[in-house]
Amino acid sequence: MYSGNLKIEIELRPAGASDLQKIIDLDARVSGLKKKNYWVDRFQNLNNKDASHIIVVESLDPAHSKEILGFIVGEVRAWEFGSRPCGWIFAIGVSPDYRVQGFGEKLFDAICQAFKKDGANSIRTMIARRDQLNMSFFRAQGMMGGPFIELEKSLR
Amino acid sequence: MKLQKATQYGLYAVLELARDPSCQLSAIDIADKYGISSNHLAKVLRDLGRAGLVDSVRGAGGGYRFASNAKRVTLMDVINIFEDLGGEGSGASEASDDTDIGRALLKVCNEIDEITQATFGSITLGTLLKIM
Repeated sequence: MYSGNLKIEIELRPAGASDLQKIIDLDARVSGLKKKNYWVDRFQNLNNKDASHIIVVESLDPAHSKEILGFIVGEVRAWEFGSRPCGWIFAIGVSPDYRVQGFGEKLFDAICQAFKKDGANSIRTMIARRDQLNMSFFRAQGMMGGPFIELEKSLR
Repeated sequence: MKLQKATQYGLYAVLELARDPSCQLSAIDIADKYGISSNHLAKVLRDLGRAGLVDSVRGAGGGYRFASNAKRVTLMDVINIFEDLGGEGSGASEASDDTDIGRALLKVCNEIDEITQATFGSITLGTLLKIM
């Protein structure tokens, strides 16, 4: 498969154990937060839960071979707060060097297909109101406000 | 919520033009399609032109053409040309805002404003045209 403008050869595939550190590093670069324990848990879930997915975009370009350019993470959750089985996206990240190449869209489409196979008919995510980059991305994929509202209260 | 008439007209016009950036449409073409006043729309189109979102083409067969990037311009960008949708700290404060009930009500209104702004600010013209 070839990407958009840069025309580098890429592969979309489920993440494997050897991708863990690369994803931790890329996520830290994208989000500014190092979340090693979170990612270790997510990789453990991959083995323990059938409907859990981490999909990566990997470069097959000789100059950047085996570099992880992006990732998406999610799982199907059922009947939480009365919601029918639904695919949840927890995180998506694309290397800042490879943005606007359509990688995010490819990752989104791939996880939608995986959720469909798992029996989900809808997809959901949660984004900070002021996170315009991700909010605009998911809107551009056709996502709209859903039937649930997130509520929270400070415990301090 | 209800947008002001000029804002609605502005969104109709800019979206209609962004649908096909190579196409030129007059104020009358757009007004006829949406059943709105062409005089009012002409004024709105001038505002959109001053904001750099549309170009006017003079002469016979002239009209307006979309002049921006539909993947970058959000609904909020267009709305801001015509009205202020509020947000924390906007609008004149009143003495009653400084009471316990006034503060609690303001908090709820600010929550609604923030959601409104986040929604309009995250939908580009391109996205809206795609999901129709």
